[in-house]
Amino acid sequence: MSTRESILAAVLKNQPPASPLPDLSFFKGNRQDLASTYQAVFTSIGGSVFVVDNLAAVNARLLENFDSTKRLVTTLPDLGEPFDLLSKTADPRTFNDVELAVLEAQLAVAENGAVWLPEQRMGQRIIPYICQHLAVVVRAETIVPTLHEAYAQIGVGDYGFGAFIGGPSKTADIEQALVMGAHGPITMSVFILDRNTD
Amino acid sequence: MERGTKDHAALAEAFNQDEEHVNWHDGALWWIRQKRDMAAKNIPEWEQLREAASRIKSNVLSNLHDYLLQFEDNLTKNGVTVHWAADAEEHNRIVYSILKAREITQMIKSKSMLTEECHLNEYLIERGIDVINSDLGEYIQQLDNEPPSHIVLPCIHKRKEEIGEIFHEHLGTEKGVSDPTTLTRFARWHLRDAFISRRAALTGVNFAVAETGEYVVCTNEGNADMGAHLSDIQIASMGIEKIIPKKQHLGIFLRLLARSATGQPITIYSSHFKKPRAGQEMHLILVDLGRSRQLGRPDFRDSLKCIKCGACMNTCPVYRKSGGLSYHNTISGPIGAILAPNLDMKKHADLPFASTLCGSCSNVCPVKINIHDQLYQWRQVIVQEGYAANTKVLGMKAMAWTLSSPGSYSTIGRAGRWVLNNIPFAINNKFNPWYKQREMPDGPKESFGEWYAKNQRENGAEKSELPLTRKPA
Repeated sequence: MSTRESILAAVLKNQPPASPLPDLSFFKGNRQDLASTYQAVFTSIGGSVFVVDNLAAVNARLLENFDSTKRLVTTLPDLGEPFDLLSKTADPRTFNDVELAVLEAQLAVAENGAVWLPEQRMGQRIIPYICQHLAVVVRAETIVPTLHEAYAQIGVGDYGFGAFIGGPSKTADIEQALVMGAHGPITMSVFILDRNTD
Repeated sequence: MERGTKDHAALAEAFNQDEEHVNWHDGALWWIRQKRDMAAKNIPEWEQLREAASRIKSNVLSNLHDYLLQFEDNLTKNGVTVHWAADAEEHNRIVYSILKAREITQMIKSKSMLTEECHLNEYLIERGIDVINSDLGEYIQQLDNEPPSHIVLPCIHKRKEEIGEIFHEHLGTEKGVSDPTTLTRFARWHLRDAFISRRAALTGVNFAVAETGEYVVCTNEGNADMGAHLSDIQIASMGIEKIIPKKQHLGIFLRLLARSATGQPITIYSSHFKKPRAGQEMHLILVDLGRSRQLGRPDFRDSLKCIKCGACMNTCPVYRKSGGLSYHNTISGPIGAILAPNLDMKKHADLPFASTLCGSCSNVCPVKINIHDQLYQWRQVIVQEGYAANTKVLGMKAMAWTLSSPGSYSTIGRAGRWVLNNIPFAINNKFNPWYKQREMPDGPKESFGEWYAKNQRENGAEKSELPLTRKPA
């Protein structure tokens, strides 16, 4: 008998009688004040949030904070100069010098501050991890209360890879002292794009 | 890694040599427990989440055979190669053969307790393959040639000065540098090179979704992703119990995991791996390593619900004051003490006794494992199977005799009180293991039985009614 067959046989023999799955319809988040809840949670994690009404404002704010002589990349064609559109075919190792990457999330979760990025929105899988700084555009109307609504919207999903990202890379492995930028981005900024803002 | 033949008590005693350090360790873990409480209280339906998680896991255990088949089928459709391993040796052999076939001699690994259980690093290094642990805490433990002492916080038992010394010795940082940010930046720079240059990456798995064939890996550092997305060959190792039925169940588990572990609302990265990227190979190894046996133990099978958050360790008074390495097992603390005897009852016979049975572990467990009940139940099994230490067996026999004989119980009680009050030095000395790291209390003047008898004599039967006794209405 192969290992596969013997493991499956042992599992079948030892598993207890059927136990039904619970009903999860009870779990629903509160739809009020989603943008302000998101903002408070994400800030408490160590991220920065800006509410803007167009991509030009994103561009302007980023250029105030980042050195435009370094490599700045994006998947958003409308973000404008000096951001380079990401190549989907380049060797992922060649992105090691990316200073700032700007991506757009499919949705964001108010309760935990995370944004959902399927790989199509990353340009390449490595981008949100390898860059020194990460900025993500979130449309205000895509913020959902909790992970339950997020997964309902994502569904099976047409992606090979996707991730919730909820802040700058961090570690507290040395004496519980919090350090941002363990291996991934040292900062993460979220731009809530709210067309209704004055 | 072997910790020699010393048992938990002996290793805990060694850890307790440095009182100031033990107090720091105790306080640091208790603070994490408090952060967990604050995070949990922010979710009004927290208890319903725990209940739902526990019931989803009950369903998984009752239908594991079919879920494994469904998961395997979906992985294959997604272009992932599936392997099955019965034990550590077989798991390690599979990883080695994948690397060898592609002439890869260097691998980068993110945190995976399963590969620690399998002693994968030692196996590969013996065969000429270099492995780097990329989680900062695990990297530090690897440099120091020690196993992790905590499943979430691998080097929580080390002071920053010790870590500075390790960096100085192995990586050439300046002597005396112990600032956490400086050391972390140095490791970041050092490990970037490894991420960029290594062709193979191995990760653990937090949740494996049968419905879609994707698996989720949770980290705060981003190290699993740095390794995986820069690799040509991506390998994931998982115990067969990590399956969950549906993708929507991730909503339940991801709301619980990080809040229980560190009090964060979610880990920074929750990565959903489904298909290899163009030109990449993905392998997944399903490992039994005692899980199917534990599934067949009705009293202990619920231990397989564990999602490895570490909350039971942070809250445990014994863990906080003895350190993870004193459990001489990859998974330490209360959950380790109920998982380990399944793997080797003789070697881990001491672990279920390393507990006060206070029940705090069960109260914080996000999947509601009855950890303290299982600790108590393992003690019965271990004594029945003849694996308990002789002193423990003798002590239990003496206790059984005393408790079954009211005369000897009262005589011994009287003798004990007299000794504590008149010649405390007969007990407060190094020959009494209970005196170590403890102050013995003053003995009470009389037992409850003696007080009751006296009270009856002095006040008469009708007045002696106990204050808490209620008269029937």
